[in-house]
Amino acid sequence: MSWAWDNRALLAQDTGSHLYLALMPILFGIIVSIPVGVLCVRFRWTWPPILSLTSVFYAMPSLALYLVLIDYTGLTDWTVIIPLTLFSLSVLIPNVVAGLRSVPQPVRQAATAMGFGTLRQVVQVELPLAVPVIIAGLRVATVSSISLVSVGQLIGIGGLGYFFTDGEQRDFPTEIYVALVLIVILAFLADGLLVLLRRWLTPWERARDTRATRRALSATVRGSRAEGVS
Amino acid sequence: MSYFSIAWQWLTSDQQWHGGDGIPVRLAQHLQYTGIALGIAVIIALPAGLAMGHLRRGGFAVVTLANFGRALPTLGLLVLIFVLTSGSVASWLVPLAFLAIPPILVNTYEGVLGVDADLTDAARGMGMTEWQILRKVEIPVAMPLILLGLRISAIQVVATATIAAYIGLGGLGRYIIDGLARREYNVVAGGAAVIVLLALAIQGLFTLLRWLIVPVGLRRQTQVS
Amino acid sequence: MITFESVTKRYPGGTVAVDALDLEVPDGRTMVLVGPSGCGKTTSLRMINRLIEPSEGRILLDGRDISQTEASELRRGIGYVIQQTGLFPHRTIVDNIATVPLLKGWPKAKARDRARELMDLVGLDPAMARRYPYQLSGGQQQRVGVARALAADPPVLLMDEPFSAVDPIVRATLQDELIRLQAELRKTVVLVTHDVEEAIKVGDQVAVFYPNGKIAQIDTPQRLLGDPADDYVENFLGFDRGIRRLAFFPADGLDLQAGIVLGDGTTVEQARRAAKQAGESWVLLTDAGRLPRGWAALSDLESRDGREMLAQMPLAPYGHTFRVGKDSLRAALDATVLSRTGLAVGVDDQGRVVGVTSYERLRAAIQAAEEAADGQGARPS
Repeated sequence: MSWAWDNRALLAQDTGSHLYLALMPILFGIIVSIPVGVLCVRFRWTWPPILSLTSVFYAMPSLALYLVLIDYTGLTDWTVIIPLTLFSLSVLIPNVVAGLRSVPQPVRQAATAMGFGTLRQVVQVELPLAVPVIIAGLRVATVSSISLVSVGQLIGIGGLGYFFTDGEQRDFPTEIYVALVLIVILAFLADGLLVLLRRWLTPWERARDTRATRRALSATVRGSRAEGVS
Repeated sequence: MSYFSIAWQWLTSDQQWHGGDGIPVRLAQHLQYTGIALGIAVIIALPAGLAMGHLRRGGFAVVTLANFGRALPTLGLLVLIFVLTSGSVASWLVPLAFLAIPPILVNTYEGVLGVDADLTDAARGMGMTEWQILRKVEIPVAMPLILLGLRISAIQVVATATIAAYIGLGGLGRYIIDGLARREYNVVAGGAAVIVLLALAIQGLFTLLRWLIVPVGLRRQTQVS
Repeated sequence: MITFESVTKRYPGGTVAVDALDLEVPDGRTMVLVGPSGCGKTTSLRMINRLIEPSEGRILLDGRDISQTEASELRRGIGYVIQQTGLFPHRTIVDNIATVPLLKGWPKAKARDRARELMDLVGLDPAMARRYPYQLSGGQQQRVGVARALAADPPVLLMDEPFSAVDPIVRATLQDELIRLQAELRKTVVLVTHDVEEAIKVGDQVAVFYPNGKIAQIDTPQRLLGDPADDYVENFLGFDRGIRRLAFFPADGLDLQAGIVLGDGTTVEQARRAAKQAGESWVLLTDAGRLPRGWAALSDLESRDGREMLAQMPLAPYGHTFRVGKDSLRAALDATVLSRTGLAVGVDDQGRVVGVTSYERLRAAIQAAEEAADGQGARPS
């Protein structure tokens, strides 16, 4: 542990870059997946091709994608951020679609009958009700993303992954261990924050919290169907 | 030259298809590692998932394991075990098999657990034994999810085996690690292309399996994913 | 014969679902368990095939304690139908129906032949044999559920809210089908429902549960309607029970008036005389085949020349008829209430007029039936 203390500045710096590399893709993922998900639900025919596309993305080994991108982006952060964005999309889009579809038909019909416009209905009724499922997907995507960044170290851009290759070269398990634990902690921390976010965004679920928890648990489990691959 | 022409040139050059460092040999190695790791994971995770799903127990453990497996960085795990075992043969096998377990376990568990309670009730009421309920009702109905878990695991293992080249494992990852070390981008590009194609082939194989194994009556209910 | 001997089901935490239940279901009869949700009726049913084990007491099947038979063995000899059908989505209709025969080790071909027979029996198109459950409507799925339960020809059939998930019209059809099947097969049926109408319609005997797992009354539907044990049962039976009860008294008990039924050769003078003699203010005109044509009012007849033919008179429509040999007093009363003349026409199976009834005649018949009914009541047919 004294190693960790001695190297706290480097650890802090790499933790920062690790989070940047891991969370930018999530941000982009949210920005893109919500309109795309809405599109897929509104125009049903767009769903099968988009679903196939997301399942192709998620099957791609990240390392291979980093390497393909080097030729276009050089060795920059984008080389890692772009593939991870594709991964996050492959998790988030199906979850946005599933979340929107989980809105009960009577609720949707009531909203239409009361005269909500299409856009207003999506924003004020359907998306809020889809929040639990969307956040379940967000949790899977975020945790995977935080863990996947370290693979980028093989091309020199990997945040805390630096300590893995460095530790291997110096045959020094401590730093591998520390970075490993740090990454897992970051992932769980992000996961916990998202749970809090869900509670804050969906106060109406609290009354039936046990049921909501069970549903979210099961949604998280199901989220692993589209889990990012190293 | 763009990535695609570099990769294409490397792939189509005759020398890549012969010898100990040729694509056929590397591919065979890769498939062998994948097969062994996946086999171990299946032997552990499938019975466990079926049993837990049938008994409706252990949901929390399964979710925790799934989260943990997702949070654990593969490169870190590979390197750590490699260093701790001072480079023994099994150092690649443990992480590969370990990372393959959660998707199979989770999806099998969730698949069996998700079987409509009315179905198992009817099956039990008609006089099926617990074993018959599992074999004749729960497994067939859970089959789409079980296959999904296997597919995720297979793709996961293929990807992780690539990274394991960093700690000296053979297989297709060698092109990437060696190419990067020697700064031969055409080798890296070609290797990456073969790995992408392999991942797509596995995806395709499972789509085919789905058509062969999943009963017609269930296909309508579960979407292709 | 199914016998409950002071059976109690107590759950951990102290909830008593079924409280010291004594019940006897005779062979070949339909026993309906009815009550509000949570009253223990489903628990009682599920104890018969040991999906739930009783905490106390025992259940006998033909005198043998069911806990002595291995559970899955026992269940293969008892048909089981549930509300959501529980059809196996991965098996075709024919294979769903063949499930129990196959479990019992029948050869596949024989099991499938039997399954096709049953599809015929429950009124399913044989073309559906190779389809999957999702391709069928709710009512068809429920027929498959019944066929599957009957496949191995079990003497006992348990039905848990079998018709609750389908719409009222389909439900009525399925209930009629069950009555028809039961008349043919004579199984020992235990059926759970929360719908008291259904209980009265299909049950030979009805057991009404209190909300707390005790039985309020076990009786034939007719006696239940005529003589509810207490306020709870009376409330549970609901409005109208007096009239509903008439459905159990056959209309052939009516003393029909034939004197004012007149053929088309009758003159107005003859018609007047017939009406006065009978003390009625209407006469019914029939054609040569004794099929009804319509009512003529005595007031009209008196303003006409007596030599005119009755057939030339203005006629009021004869309205709804009831079948004397088949319908109940309830149908006869209904026809009378709906009739403009306060008289209703009773016909035979060919629609030929047998006679005419009135409120007074109905009242006498009801009174006679009620007196007789304190013995055994007959089912409406």
